[in-house]
Amino acid sequence: MSADMIPLITKAMGETVYMVALSMVIASIIGVPLGVLLHTTAKNQILECAVINKVLGAVVNAVRSIPFVILMVAIIPLTRLLVGSSIGTTAAMVPLVLASVPFIGRQVETSLREIPEGIVEAAQAMGATPMQIITKVLLPEAMPNIVAQLTTVVISLVGESAMAGAIGGGGLGDLAIRYGYQRFRPDIMIATVVVLIIMVQVVQFAGNALAKKLDKR
Amino acid sequence: MIDLSHIEKIYDSPSGPVKAIKDISLHINKGEIYGIIGLSGAGKSTLVRCINLLERPTSGVVTVDGQDITAMSESQLRQARKSIGMIFQHFNLLSSATVYDNVAFPLRLVNAPKEKIHKKVMELLELVGLANKADQYPSQLSGGQKQRVGIARALASEPKILLCDEATSALDPQTTKSILQLIKDINAKLKLTVVVITHEMQVIKDICDKVAVIDKGVIAEKGRVLDVFTNPQQPITKEFISVLLSNDLPVGFREREVKAEPFPDSLLLIRLTFIGESANEPVISKLIKNFDLEVGILFGSLDDIKDVPFGRLIISLDGSQEEIDKAMSYVEKQELKVEVIGYVSRHDSTHH
Ligand SMILES: Nc1ncnc2c1ncn2[C@@H]1O[C@H](COP(=O)(O)OP(=O)(O)O)[C@@H](O)[C@H]1O
Ligand SMILES: [Mg+2]
Repeated sequence: MSADMIPLITKAMGETVYMVALSMVIASIIGVPLGVLLHTTAKNQILECAVINKVLGAVVNAVRSIPFVILMVAIIPLTRLLVGSSIGTTAAMVPLVLASVPFIGRQVETSLREIPEGIVEAAQAMGATPMQIITKVLLPEAMPNIVAQLTTVVISLVGESAMAGAIGGGGLGDLAIRYGYQRFRPDIMIATVVVLIIMVQVVQFAGNALAKKLDKR
Repeated sequence: MIDLSHIEKIYDSPSGPVKAIKDISLHINKGEIYGIIGLSGAGKSTLVRCINLLERPTSGVVTVDGQDITAMSESQLRQARKSIGMIFQHFNLLSSATVYDNVAFPLRLVNAPKEKIHKKVMELLELVGLANKADQYPSQLSGGQKQRVGIARALASEPKILLCDEATSALDPQTTKSILQLIKDINAKLKLTVVVITHEMQVIKDICDKVAVIDKGVIAEKGRVLDVFTNPQQPITKEFISVLLSNDLPVGFREREVKAEPFPDSLLLIRLTFIGESANEPVISKLIKNFDLEVGILFGSLDDIKDVPFGRLIISLDGSQEEIDKAMSYVEKQELKVEVIGYVSRHDSTHH
């Protein structure tokens, strides 16, 4: 182990956290409403609409079926358009967000589907609007499940961010490739892996704890 | 208060259309507790859900408090639903909200001020006896307590109508009694119109003023509970009632042949039903005193139908035909229902 390693790792870790956290926030802002739409436009749900449901479902499935490595490369033009460059930490977030949105959408949809329909009916019988049902019934009732599911999304984002890093996005993946692999620095390689493992453990632990705290069932 | 006119409901199912309700018309007066009883799948839930349009009838008109709710827009309907409370078999409480927040739910939907919500919620929790559980979650409550929360929640928007779909079917008999008592108290206190859906005649008998018996999507019979109980017309109604009232003759009599005409060594068996005040008439002692007959009591029960005493007796009259005829014309003049079961042998023929 050498002294130069600590700042390298800290910097890379900071980049990874930044990429994952910001991607997660942006992806959730789009993905959670997407999941709500996927659920509520389905048959016999409060905003039943076959067309919207089918179109959204097809788009979600299409994006989800593309492996991340390919998605990352395929959307380079889009990334350039959005952030003005195709390399760097910010550029890496475009494919990360794009891959996470449909993932979150499906996870949220699944969580919402588990809510007993009687609870929604009771709210309808009390004169709740569809929007009130979404904000006051569906999301609060599904919250423990959604938190648990989003934890999984964060963990896969950590992995994907490492992949994005490998093609010039910065972060732990970038570090592992450039130093650990290309410059034959097994100490950096090992340190990177250890840091990644710890990050995933921490995320999982925090997610579980939060989900458990929210669960009143 | 509620008027259902020629309601029909057809569901589309993978195996073709299902006619759940076939041309049902029903009128429910203000302040009444109206029971709807039927077997599983008879269409009870569908019918009650047509009252607040959780289920939209395929055809027919639903009038609630003078307004045709089938003609309303979505937002008018949401408004109208605020005056129709509903409670459910499985309570349907928010598991993520406390007892307090569950009861406050309908008030928050209309953005009621905080102080008003607090006052109303505490008042309702007091009414249902759960003021000390305000901060608990539904998972910490018993079934009966959950239903009390359901009732408090249904009353929060000060409805004029309370719909109960199998509200006691998931509860044990003792808890059922206490929930029914609560519904009865609320009906009296708040002058609420109550519709009770059930498959148990006991529920009808305990709290309902009127009853409709529904069978395969049609009303088989309806009327005042007392009338339907004492004089059921349809086999399905008799079936429901028989679960509650044992009509059986004592064991020794069951295998004896019952004949319409007297024969040597025969006894006449009759069934007497006393309702209300007549339950206090000393008919039996008069029979014994005034006629030269042996009067035997083979079966007796005293019950009440929504607080009206309701007694039933099976008696045997043994004596000369002339005395029996005189006694019969006496009992038939009394204010009670008399049914002749028939003549049976005085001796148990199987034990000669
Ligand atoms: N959503 C539905 N889709 C198709 N068939 C239904 C639906 N709801 C009820 N039914 C059918 O309608 C009939 C009446 O059901 P329901 O009103 O629930 O009866 P009950 O409450 O008396 O048990 C049953 O045959 C049931 O299978
Ligand atoms: Mg039912």
